[in-house]
Amino acid sequence: MPQVQEKSDLISSPPHIKSGDSVKSIMWTVAAVLMFPAAFSVYIFGLQATLVTGVCVISGIAAEFLCQILMRRKIKVLDGSSVITGLLLGMSVPPHIPLWIPALGTVFAVVVFKEFFGGLGANIFNPALAGRAFIMLLQPLEMSSNWHLFPNGSVIANKLVTAGNFTSEAFLSITGATPLTILKNGEKFALDYNFSIENIYDFFITNNILQSLIIGNAGGCIGETSALLIFAGGLFLMWRKIISWHIPVSFIGTMALAAYIYYYNTGNPLPGFLTLIHVFSGGLFLGAFFMATDTVTTPLSARGLIVFGIGCGLITFLIRIIGGYTEGVMFAILFMNAMVPLIDRLFKPKVFGV
Amino acid sequence: MNLPVPQVCYIPMLQHTGAAAEPVVKKGDIVSEGELIGRALGEDSVNVHASVPGKVIDIIDSRFFNVQQKTVLIEAEGAFTTTGSSPSELNDWRNKDTAILLEMIRTSGVAGLGGDAFPTAAKLTPPDGLKIDTLIVNGAESEPYLTSDDVIMNTYPREIIEGIQITLKIIGISKAIIAVEDNKKPAIRALNEAIKHIQPEEKISVKQLQSKYPQGSEKQLVYTLLNRVIPNSEPPQNSGVVVINAGTIFAIREAVLFNKPLIDRVITVSGDMINRPGNYKVRMGTRISEIIEECGGLKGVPGRIVIGGPMRGISVDDMELPVIKSTSGILFLSDKETCNGDSVSCIRCGRCVSVCPSGLIPRNIAGAVEKREFDLAASFHPEACIMCSCCSYVCPAKRPLSYLVGIALESLQAEKVIKG
Repeated sequence: MPQVQEKSDLISSPPHIKSGDSVKSIMWTVAAVLMFPAAFSVYIFGLQATLVTGVCVISGIAAEFLCQILMRRKIKVLDGSSVITGLLLGMSVPPHIPLWIPALGTVFAVVVFKEFFGGLGANIFNPALAGRAFIMLLQPLEMSSNWHLFPNGSVIANKLVTAGNFTSEAFLSITGATPLTILKNGEKFALDYNFSIENIYDFFITNNILQSLIIGNAGGCIGETSALLIFAGGLFLMWRKIISWHIPVSFIGTMALAAYIYYYNTGNPLPGFLTLIHVFSGGLFLGAFFMATDTVTTPLSARGLIVFGIGCGLITFLIRIIGGYTEGVMFAILFMNAMVPLIDRLFKPKVFGV
Repeated sequence: MNLPVPQVCYIPMLQHTGAAAEPVVKKGDIVSEGELIGRALGEDSVNVHASVPGKVIDIIDSRFFNVQQKTVLIEAEGAFTTTGSSPSELNDWRNKDTAILLEMIRTSGVAGLGGDAFPTAAKLTPPDGLKIDTLIVNGAESEPYLTSDDVIMNTYPREIIEGIQITLKIIGISKAIIAVEDNKKPAIRALNEAIKHIQPEEKISVKQLQSKYPQGSEKQLVYTLLNRVIPNSEPPQNSGVVVINAGTIFAIREAVLFNKPLIDRVITVSGDMINRPGNYKVRMGTRISEIIEECGGLKGVPGRIVIGGPMRGISVDDMELPVIKSTSGILFLSDKETCNGDSVSCIRCGRCVSVCPSGLIPRNIAGAVEKREFDLAASFHPEACIMCSCCSYVCPAKRPLSYLVGIALESLQAEKVIKG
């Protein structure tokens, strides 16, 4: 059998079979799944949305490639991880933001938060979120405006005006705002423009805001608007065993439970409804299914993952509802990323036979 | 299905775990089928017999399986006195002393056929003061691809039950559990049918297990069936259990009933690259090249050739290696099956953690070994590793995790030797 011996890797340590999954296949599957909400956002927001995600993906790839050349590292840009970073970042900025801002965020994410830490696998923070936090602090105004004005009348704002309860100033301040912003500033709006907070709830309900959030035609980031598509993508990744249920379930569950208890105890007339708005908006789904499940920056064991998710949920609740900031998902995940070494140390699996 | 008798048998003196046997024949001797050609040296050694009748044409110094050992070459000629005719009378084992039964097993050179080939006689004589209460018959295929135990249980259920009865008598207990994976329904049915004919005082039962590797590992089996945890520092017997593979039970019966030495065994020939995969009865000493020929040749160049199972077996490139007592299978794997890829950085996906049956964090142990931090690696309990290789199998970064954990384990053992 002489031809047998010609192969160089014939002799190797066991196992002699391996699963078909590779880092590359995992990364590209996630990227492909993210394409669906990204494509849907084109339908909702127009070509501007493609431009934003496109610029992010390209600048992510370019930054990683250049970085690896300059740092004399192995070129690993094809592993698809910077494509995911670009997609996630592009999908978590307002659709009409000046393009240089998300581009800068992506470059910062890839170069500083991934390559400087040692490349894929060595980063502590989710690069997309770290990059987003950077531009959030750099350009807070651009990052919290530039929402999309729906041509046929913003589902929320336009109808509020046609209903005649609001002044034009109220219209301007609410136009394009995300449901979360309206909720957050509800009392201020009410005071400023002389209407009651219940008016807002009424309009949320009569205008099917919940439906809009689930389907996607509400104000928001490119990727946060369609909870349904993101959920479907998340389910697909679970079925492919690329992500596990632990973090999405514990994250969203904790957030919802905490919000409900809070609204219920503060005597709010609609605790369930407001909880649902919180669940389906502000990128909670994108965060819980695609950002908090980034394996590099999350714990190893199943118990650790659950603790991580609970932590994310609680911090999101604290920031969004108790604190003074509209959206909490990003900082919640970044905080918990920093906790991962501690969680890993505390929640190890039990060694058999010791 | 029997494979034809090879022209020349290559019979190594070390076919088992333990010490090699010593050849008792010399060049030119004529041996009959089943004649003793290698004598066991001590309790941890096993007798070796001539698989074919014929002439000893040479005794060579070989280096099969990385061990320097003598190998006896026998050219087949003459009558097959052991396997050629059905035995005229069977030994009445029920009226024999257990010491005699044990001696028959020892004489016949029976060793565990699951893959480790531990001397069976030694396994059946637990150290003094140790109380054994259960015999577990391992019919949970030790690894994927291997199906020889299934075939034996399915074809010879009554013989298996009789083998169990003999083994129970030798150990002096009455309780046996046959562990079979739930994807082997015909074997389970056949065994349950065969059990109906036994005496009520013999407590033999069939237990279905989830079909899941490494279900057939001794520690896992004892835990699943009896909820007993075997401490890492102790041999499995200390938990009061003897675990014997189904194929070995069959060999025990043959040794006791017909004085038949262990000169053949069932092996699984499989993998995408072999033309006629299947389970074959093969004589010890048949070389891989002959098995390839009898199984219709190869479809192309295999990505890997493995003796044993795909998870723990050893890869080989020498097609003249013989089948020995520990050879549970020979696999000719295609590149598609091996799924090799370049090793990249860990992405902390946690798959190695979730599959580890010992509750280890393989990526941490491997990481410490790569950084040469052996003390750190040792603190992560590499001694609990059962070498199932599941971590390496699932790793999407294709990191050689089980290999690195093995190094951690070796360094731990070396440390113990140094410290005395």
